[in-house]
Amino acid sequence: MDDVARLLQLVVNGAASGCIYGLIAFGFVLIYKATEMVNFAQGEIMMLGGFAAYTFIHQFGLNYWVGFGLAIAATAAFGFLLDAVILRRVIGQPQFAVVMLTLGLAFIFRAAAGIVWTYDSVGFNTPFTNKTVNLGGLVLGQDNVSIIIGTLILCLVLYLFFSRTRLGVAMQAASQNQLAAYYMGIPVRRIFSLIWAISAGVSAVAAVLLAPVSLIDVNMGMLGFKAFAAAVLGGFGSIPGAVIGGVIVGVVEQLSGYFLPPGFQDVTSNIVLLGVLILRPQGLFGATIRKRV
Amino acid sequence: MHRPFKTQYEQDLRLFRAPSAKIWYGLLIVILLALPQFAGEFYVGELGGLFIFAIAGVGLMLLTGYTGLVSLGHSAFLGIGAYTEAILLARGWPFAVTLPAAAIVTAAAGIAIGVPTLRMTGLYLAIATLAFGGIISNVLQKWDSVTGGFDGFPVKAPSVLGVVLDGPWAVYYMSLVALVFVILLALNVLRSPLGRAMVAIRDSEVSAQSMGINLAWYKTIVFALSAGITGLAGGLFAHYVRHLAPDAFDVLLSIQLVTIVFVGGLGSLHGAIFGAMFMRLLPQGIAMIRDDLPNWLGRMPGLEPSVFGIILVLCIMFEPMGINGRWQKMKLWFNRFPLHRASASRRQKSYAKSERLR
Amino acid sequence: MSLFSATDLGIRFGGIRAVEGVSFDVRPGEVFSIIGPNGAGKTTIFNLISRIYNPTSGRLNFNGQDITETPPHLIAGLGIARTFQNIELFANATLLQNLLIGRHCHSKVGLLSQLGFLPSVRRAEVEHRKVAEEVIAFLGLQRHRDSLIANLPYGVRKVVELGRALCTEPKLLLLDEPSSGLNVEETEEMAFWIDDIKKDLGITVIMVEHDMKLVSAVSDRVMALNYGRILAMGTAAEVQSDPEVIRAYIGGEP
Repeated sequence: MDDVARLLQLVVNGAASGCIYGLIAFGFVLIYKATEMVNFAQGEIMMLGGFAAYTFIHQFGLNYWVGFGLAIAATAAFGFLLDAVILRRVIGQPQFAVVMLTLGLAFIFRAAAGIVWTYDSVGFNTPFTNKTVNLGGLVLGQDNVSIIIGTLILCLVLYLFFSRTRLGVAMQAASQNQLAAYYMGIPVRRIFSLIWAISAGVSAVAAVLLAPVSLIDVNMGMLGFKAFAAAVLGGFGSIPGAVIGGVIVGVVEQLSGYFLPPGFQDVTSNIVLLGVLILRPQGLFGATIRKRV
Repeated sequence: MHRPFKTQYEQDLRLFRAPSAKIWYGLLIVILLALPQFAGEFYVGELGGLFIFAIAGVGLMLLTGYTGLVSLGHSAFLGIGAYTEAILLARGWPFAVTLPAAAIVTAAAGIAIGVPTLRMTGLYLAIATLAFGGIISNVLQKWDSVTGGFDGFPVKAPSVLGVVLDGPWAVYYMSLVALVFVILLALNVLRSPLGRAMVAIRDSEVSAQSMGINLAWYKTIVFALSAGITGLAGGLFAHYVRHLAPDAFDVLLSIQLVTIVFVGGLGSLHGAIFGAMFMRLLPQGIAMIRDDLPNWLGRMPGLEPSVFGIILVLCIMFEPMGINGRWQKMKLWFNRFPLHRASASRRQKSYAKSERLR
Repeated sequence: MSLFSATDLGIRFGGIRAVEGVSFDVRPGEVFSIIGPNGAGKTTIFNLISRIYNPTSGRLNFNGQDITETPPHLIAGLGIARTFQNIELFANATLLQNLLIGRHCHSKVGLLSQLGFLPSVRRAEVEHRKVAEEVIAFLGLQRHRDSLIANLPYGVRKVVELGRALCTEPKLLLLDEPSSGLNVEETEEMAFWIDDIKKDLGITVIMVEHDMKLVSAVSDRVMALNYGRILAMGTAAEVQSDPEVIRAYIGGEP
């Protein structure tokens, strides 16, 4: 019984960190689908979101939920500007140039966060810190449960947004065929900036949800590399795939930490990533495609 | 631009395009050979480091700049080369064997990652190599019995014919010789069918294949070659740092190496050298002017990475051809002076081109 | 005796039969054109011949040899060269380098001798350059020899692609829409070259083309396709007057 409870706990913990990977991966995939850019600074945007929440909640002493909302809004606005000011200008350059550009941005963001805030780790109080729930004898941290529930709610909201609202449908259209969307009168450029805003906002949500579990520091953007595994597992073109991929990576990571010798946990996401790319490059949910000549 | 008038096929096959180039490069070699007589120990050491990064830059340039295969995991090859060199030296192997062995072992590692990723291109290859780099850096950390774990171990100074090659001067000359060797090797590759096959794969895989180029074979060869050269740089790097620790070979090093080829200018060997100069001289330059800057700026802890990031971003936005592209334009300007026209080097407007496969 | 033959060739993508039951022979020294509306499967047949696609059924035979399972990179060495509908040149290399890549299938120097650039490599390189220069002279490309492809106009690129295919010294040349994107004069020039390639160089040509004027001017035989099946085969005039073909182009119930 103990073993089963322990395993369940591991699965929940893994699913919780997996949700974070999934949300970052969501940001990658959303931007990739729309603009074919891969944003290697996605993790750093999450880090900025975390610091923004820290400012609002801890430094300004605002209510958690108000600070949460403001942090999302601020990060989303930042994402919008990032596209409008910088990334829009490199459209048409090779994919690799954009990768390097976002890597450069990641350096700037890390340094800027260190200068504006601090190079030390910071945290803030949340309603979920250090509390537990008891589910039929299974004791779980509210922090982890809040991450999972928060992610589910966010996914539902995003689903409704993309399927039911005019803007969401316009975004889908622009992602599928820029030219056709443009001819239909959709302002493609503004839509792309809004997509950057959404993916930045989602990263901010991830950062705030993560706050009860781990501290915020300039290097937390490294989580973005694990999110790649999530995105690739989901096929890099599928939004639900990214989130599910994240959960799978998180759970596998926790379980390998338990069953395998020490050291393996750190490389699990890398091994999963490499394995998927080699054995099933189209991901779990994608289809094979090839260039037409 | 001057185009030499060609009267023989051999003219295209020469190492130096114009006779004057021979003189300039010869002069450069003489200066570099004599330099340690005049420069201080610190600068000799730093230049040695620059040469090592230039070697790695040439290695990555062959893969990324000429074959179009992006690797974000080259720190792994540098690490494998460094550890092979240091471990074999510690076991008493002679230096004349360990350094080639470092290159060969790393080339084998290059094949090991090259073969399973053969069918990947662009983004997927970048991510796969990133993961590979992460795995190797973890192995270096956790494989205590061989790598000395997180603390690492000191690197034994090499000796050739009883002469111990220790200190920055030794690293300087070893790296300089290796760099010249690697550049000559790369030049030979680039003027051979192999070099043309690489360019063909970069520009259009499907027509390269229709022209008789075996994609799998050539990609594997280039991966091995690139990894081997980077492993050679790694072997020298072990002597440069003198104490190996695994945290030197993390993803940031990989990003630095890619930045070398990118900021230097993709698709040119000059670019690899320029990029290495940028990468190694920038921290020195910042350190030098730090004291003269206003206090709030000079004491800023994140100054170096932010300058690094800003230059990278500006370079991609305004000079996608890198330092080498800027250099070519300057040469053109001087050659044509005073008849220069701004339109001569204006880029064609580029449009969003889908790299999506459907 | 035919130089090339396809027997009952077919390929499916998912549920779509892109090409089905296509059989034809190409005689040595003729220009054989494939016409048909968009999506008829013309380029797919080329991709099957150059082995980029694996056929789901049928056999391919070239010069008395079954090439249905030959790996794609060996096709050029057997003597089949091709051009592409949307130009697949090596854009960041010079024209001469592009042509020299066309010589790749004749390159026999070993890897290690290339790393050392031994005299054998040097001799081979000079030989390759001689062939490339002949092609440059044949197509009148001298003034662009050292230009980057990316800096050349579209019409010239189209000719370079033809030149690159000629550098492989093919027995069979596959031209995928040689006139697409060319103006009237350039198209006429292309017709002359195709004629020269056939008469002077003795190379057999299979051509996919929309421009019926070019097709009639150079073709010995024409095959019309629609929905992956053969509609008609014969001389250009015969095929053009075939009621099935007219219906396929103009529309209407069969």
